[in-house]
Amino acid sequence: MSDTHAQSVAFVRETSLPPVPPPASQAGAVKWMRENLFSNWVNAVLTIGSLYIIAMIVVKSAPWFMNGMWDTPSLAACREILQGKTGACFSVLTERWNQLLFGFKYPSTEYWRPGLAFLLLFIAAAPVMFFKLPRKLLIFTAIYPFLAFWLIWGGTIWTPLIAAFGFVVGYLVYARFMKQSFAAGFFGGIAAAFLTWWLGGMVGEAIAPQETLLEAVNSRDMGGFMLNMLLGVTCVSLSLPLGIVLALGRQSNLPLIKGICVVFIEFIRGVPLITLLFVANVVLAYFLPPGTTFDLILRVIIMITMFSSAYIAEVIRGGLAALPKGQYEAADSLGLDYPQAMRLIILPQALKISIPGIVNIAVGLFKDTTLVSVISMFDLVGMIRGPILASTEWNGVYWELFLFAALLFFIVCYGISQYSQWLERQLATGHR
Amino acid sequence: MAEAQKMEVSDEIAISIRKMNKWYGSFHVLRDIDLTVNRGERIVICGPSGSGKSTLIRCINALEEHQKGTIEVDGITLSSDIKNVDKIRREVGMCFQHFNLFPHLSILENCTLAPIWVRKTPKKEAEEIAMHFLEKVKIPEQADKYPGQLSGGQQQRVAIARSLCMRPRIMLFDEPTSALDPEMIAEVLDTMIELAEEGMTMLCVTHEMGFARKVANRVIFMDQGQIVEQNEPEEFFNNPKSERTQLFLSQILGH
Repeated sequence: MSDTHAQSVAFVRETSLPPVPPPASQAGAVKWMRENLFSNWVNAVLTIGSLYIIAMIVVKSAPWFMNGMWDTPSLAACREILQGKTGACFSVLTERWNQLLFGFKYPSTEYWRPGLAFLLLFIAAAPVMFFKLPRKLLIFTAIYPFLAFWLIWGGTIWTPLIAAFGFVVGYLVYARFMKQSFAAGFFGGIAAAFLTWWLGGMVGEAIAPQETLLEAVNSRDMGGFMLNMLLGVTCVSLSLPLGIVLALGRQSNLPLIKGICVVFIEFIRGVPLITLLFVANVVLAYFLPPGTTFDLILRVIIMITMFSSAYIAEVIRGGLAALPKGQYEAADSLGLDYPQAMRLIILPQALKISIPGIVNIAVGLFKDTTLVSVISMFDLVGMIRGPILASTEWNGVYWELFLFAALLFFIVCYGISQYSQWLERQLATGHR
Repeated sequence: MAEAQKMEVSDEIAISIRKMNKWYGSFHVLRDIDLTVNRGERIVICGPSGSGKSTLIRCINALEEHQKGTIEVDGITLSSDIKNVDKIRREVGMCFQHFNLFPHLSILENCTLAPIWVRKTPKKEAEEIAMHFLEKVKIPEQADKYPGQLSGGQQQRVAIARSLCMRPRIMLFDEPTSALDPEMIAEVLDTMIELAEEGMTMLCVTHEMGFARKVANRVIFMDQGQIVEQNEPEEFFNNPKSERTQLFLSQILGH
């Protein structure tokens, strides 16, 4: 107690103390460094050691980047200019830019088509990723797969139109019969869709014009990072719904459905992806009637989708198991039927819990698309290992090419990861 | 009691259970249950844990399956036919010990979900109904919050409002207050008493004997899967007939 009030025990403050900044050692950068970098001598040594290592990496690699060449025609030309100095030969990226992105057989006059499809992908994905956007944008999302197919593969527009028409017919049949029985609607819808495609296939062949607006490109000619994006986006967006169905099927009370799902999941998870890709590439042809052409990319998409959907199913099963039984009971007791309970109550919560696991698999799947280089498809890695490194001009340029590939994949995967964290924060509604 | 007698009980039968038996594996949980509930009745079911009282009321809306005997709710016989089950569940509301609100939906959405999807009520109207019942349980101001932000007592009251939004003719309460702090028990019981006074048919599994004395017109004591004794509350508490009931009452009222 201060002197002025020493005579009384009761205390009343008469003057307010002005706030003063804390001592220099307790605030700002000094305090932060003290706490986080030099709190004791072990940490101090570790800090200095790490700084040294980082500095070494930067100092040693800086000249390699700084002296980098961007516009030479070959590796030999790079070496000539550098004359023994360290320096990267980035010219391979600029010279082979289109090949890295689109592969070496895609017609160069048509590069704008996959480019446009890539840009439209963002518009199509936006309403799915950001719930606040107007729901009407989903119409474009529904059209996008067919549009993108037409843009990338070109050829007659009837193919994507008939494909889309099949889905519409299937849905209409489903909606018509679902009221009577879910099974009738479900299988009727699938049968109707296949019937439409079969009939449409015959009609489409007959009416297809010789000259098409967009030049047709063969699946074999797809390549570069475009192929990775194509496989990654398609397989992720197909394997999520399939994974949900498998996870629900595995929980089913009907032994047959449950059995099929368990066998599928366990089998696919027990087989390396590479094996499945070889099956898609070589073995599958033996089982198909001779003369059938079954598109290679389609085969690969089916295999990768099956592979990742089995994993996603298991992640979602974890999410379903984490929900308290009371949630199912509450939904039941309110009179919601099974599809409603799943869609409105169970899946939104289970998927929210599963987001980190699903993203983990999506990122892994996207990177695994480079495995198609093993079955001689020329994706980004296939292009680098094949046509580019085998060429006389660029034989021996490893660092630059693989760093570039790593950078492209990193950008996409980091983006996915950041989005998922944002999504988790958005969906947080306090604890249950 | 005086208040209980004021509330009318009609002759119309709401629930009739005959010779109902249930097993968990080979364990016989419910044995030959016979129970008829008239419309407007308020029944409290008590008994030691494991006596099958929760299982009994969960059989009424088919959350549990019974293996023998019949259950008839509102004239509809419970069978494995899923359409009948859904029909009954629409007429029977239920409140759980752990509330079981949907944590990913706001309070208002919790209340409007079933009317919109099951009853096909237009959204606007469903929201009006929801607000009406939220006012009734005295928490309209929480409508936009999420269940995780509410206290236990508030959550249970939302759960009651959520059931009421379906305009059920029968309400089942499965130990609605046993997960709550003493202060919150009172607010939930008040809501339930109010509901009883309006003539709702209620079956409550609870150990709140004060509540039983005040609103119940019948108290049922269960032990080992059987109904051991049932009587009017006054008679039940002051003059229990069976030894098992006497022991149970002396234990829970002894403190």
